[in-house]
Amino acid sequence: MLKKDLGLLVLIIVVGAVVAIINPRFLSPINIANTANLVGLFGIFAIGQGFVIITGGIDLSVGSIIALLGVIFIDLIANHEVLWPIAALIVLCLGVLMGLVHGLLITKLKLQPFVVTLCGLLIYRGIARFYTADATAGFPFGVNFPELEWITTGRTDIVAVLTGDKWHSIPIPHAFFIMLVIAVVMWVVLHRSVFGRYLYAVGKNEEAARYSGIRTTRVIIAAYVISATLAALSSIFFAMYTRSILPSGHGNFYELYAIAAAVLGGFSLRGGEGSIVGVVLGTILLQVLQNLVNLLGIPSSLNFAVMGSVILIGVIADQQFAIFRQRRETARERMAASRPMAEAAE
Amino acid sequence: MTPPATAAAVSPGLGEPFLKLAGLRKTYPGVVALSDFSMTVRPGEVIGLVGENGAGKSTLMKILGGVIEPDRGAIEIDGGAHPSLSVAQSMAAGIAFVHQELNLFDNLSVAANVYIGREPRKYGFLKLVDDDKLEKAVQPFLDRLGASFSPATPVARLSLAEQQIVEIAKALSLRSRLVILDEPTSSLPIAETEKLLEVIAGLKADGISVIFISHRLHEVVRASDRVIVLRDGRLVGTLEGDDINHDAMVRLMVGRDLKVDYVPPSKTGGEVVLSTRGLRTSTYPGHDIDLDLHAGEILGLAGLVGAGRTELARVLFGIDRPAGGSVALEGKPVHFATSSDAVDAGIFLVPEDRKGAGLLLDLPIAQNITLPDLKSYARNGLVSREAELARGKRSRSDLDIRAADVAQRTSSLSGGNQQKVVLAKWLAMTPKAIIFDEPTRGIDVGAKAEIYRLMRALSDTGVAVLMISSDMEEVIGVSDRVAVMHEGHIQGTLDRAQCSEENILRLAVGKSI
Repeated sequence: MLKKDLGLLVLIIVVGAVVAIINPRFLSPINIANTANLVGLFGIFAIGQGFVIITGGIDLSVGSIIALLGVIFIDLIANHEVLWPIAALIVLCLGVLMGLVHGLLITKLKLQPFVVTLCGLLIYRGIARFYTADATAGFPFGVNFPELEWITTGRTDIVAVLTGDKWHSIPIPHAFFIMLVIAVVMWVVLHRSVFGRYLYAVGKNEEAARYSGIRTTRVIIAAYVISATLAALSSIFFAMYTRSILPSGHGNFYELYAIAAAVLGGFSLRGGEGSIVGVVLGTILLQVLQNLVNLLGIPSSLNFAVMGSVILIGVIADQQFAIFRQRRETARERMAASRPMAEAAE
Repeated sequence: MTPPATAAAVSPGLGEPFLKLAGLRKTYPGVVALSDFSMTVRPGEVIGLVGENGAGKSTLMKILGGVIEPDRGAIEIDGGAHPSLSVAQSMAAGIAFVHQELNLFDNLSVAANVYIGREPRKYGFLKLVDDDKLEKAVQPFLDRLGASFSPATPVARLSLAEQQIVEIAKALSLRSRLVILDEPTSSLPIAETEKLLEVIAGLKADGISVIFISHRLHEVVRASDRVIVLRDGRLVGTLEGDDINHDAMVRLMVGRDLKVDYVPPSKTGGEVVLSTRGLRTSTYPGHDIDLDLHAGEILGLAGLVGAGRTELARVLFGIDRPAGGSVALEGKPVHFATSSDAVDAGIFLVPEDRKGAGLLLDLPIAQNITLPDLKSYARNGLVSREAELARGKRSRSDLDIRAADVAQRTSSLSGGNQQKVVLAKWLAMTPKAIIFDEPTRGIDVGAKAEIYRLMRALSDTGVAVLMISSDMEEVIGVSDRVAVMHEGHIQGTLDRAQCSEENILRLAVGKSI
């Protein structure tokens, strides 16, 4: 774990402690479970956004992908009687396709990521509204998908299952588990794999990466595919969570939650910096802040203002720490450089 | 306007010198950039300034522009002596620069560019730009320079020579007395060059002095009243009037002791590894490059800055696509779509821009070394840190990289050691041909010698080495053969016996030997 991540964790604990003291309901099992559920839902696509941001790009289309693919998913299983695993596969394939198109436009036509994904945001939102004729997409009365619901919105009380103690139980939402699994896999990909190293190299200095024989276009395209595919996966979870989708509002601003989580988690929008632990912690902090607004009786209209202020303060603090660390590191390296032979000889 | 052909014949400046430089000296760590340099500039005089790359021309220009301070010496303007100039003083003294890379806003009009930051205003406190007044103010300058375009033309629509005229118009509007043209013709076609020479003659007729820096000696002969030749930071000669000719300039530009000891290859007569036939780069789409690179040799690639050498390297390494022609590796034609293809084929490049393209400075040393061949240090797609660190340590001892820890950031190393890390990237794999682009630029003498030794060791294992260099000492001291580029093609190839500084320079400026 990086020092940056540790700082963020401390911040989450401090904020959590303050909220818990003011309103003990914060630590109630049901509140923790609900917050964990939201962390799971938002975390899945925020991790994808992180991959794109590491390459120095941005994916603004996430929220609209969640709306469009959510509408399609519900329509397939509710109205066209497609088996839900097949519908899920179709939705994931559509996500791959969208990411592929974004990546190709960015690398082959050399369009700016902001522009490409902004157009994605508008186009997918428009198609989603047209698809349902601006009506709400939902399930007819009495239609149920027990397995799908268990996976996406179910909760398992780990403590109760293991100890049989019904009193100190916290039901953990499955969305949170799945997000954790994805986070672990993506942690390995980003921090241990060859591809992950290439991502950092391309984000830090695309020119130098190319001069090292890395196929930079492939790396960048892969990042957009990962982002859109994880957005597609979370579209299924959101569809099952809300059970009805108003295509004009569903998923609005979600890409900004993801970007905010990444920035809080220590990602640089210039690329080349960031960690999976960081983006997950960033997502947790954002959800804790939302929760705080509700629990402390702050008018919910101030929700965004609170979030914005905390991000701003966090980024300023992080930058000041970075300057401090850099100075210390340079001083240390200078000292090391002044006596290189002594240490090299050891 | 005086026709350019007679420019040199007009008796040089009648007035007294308004600018005098005396005993200027500037050193950088390990390099004397300018030493005991003195010159004067009289009104209406055209002075040619020539010298090889690194002879001290740009240092001199930076001192005149107020960008750097000399260590010693004085700059006298209209009788007042200054130890150094500030940018503001330089402008106030009437010194204007037209750089090789033009500093124009191509989204704005000619008039807006000439008066940028000094726009006439209208409507009192609203301070809107008065475009009419602006264009009227610029027109006379354009007339004086014989420009055929109007002040309202967007700069983006002008040719390069016309853009230079805009820069000169800007200098006139600032009431400049001395216009310094830095390589103004190096990227101009012939017809445009003629136009520029006419403009220089016109400035001269108006009593404005010009310092004309160029590698194109032919144009220097035509434009200049007086030619100053720099070599290794020293003024080595001044030519005036009829003495100004091509051969005299070349003689003065060369003639220095070469300190690098040539090490012959252990074996000669290797097979051709890499060859190009009719290869064209997008910078010089009209010129063919035919080059053969043999196993076990170091082929020096000399030429002036802008001759197209780096462009050739980029095409051979798959960064750019060729504009035509073919490349063959060991007799088989190859087409590289990306640098990755070139690396797979065994052609590597040590780029000119070490910090921007050669290295990821924020990454640890070991990670830089393994980057081109990361898959070899990975199992099931996951990088083995042990293998990576072991590689780093092995490279550190093989190449004698002075670093306490191979996990430390590459930016903490000195220039020479950073360059060794770039070499280590490629030496950790098995090259067939390796291209070095300015391999020792900006590194100290000790590290240079080590890099030469590594290059020879590499060629002795049968690798074909192509070394692009603008450092004469290096080209002559290291290469087994030297190919010289001029404006996008190979002007000539010299074997060891013909390899003199004078021969290289003659080819580099477009003559034959």
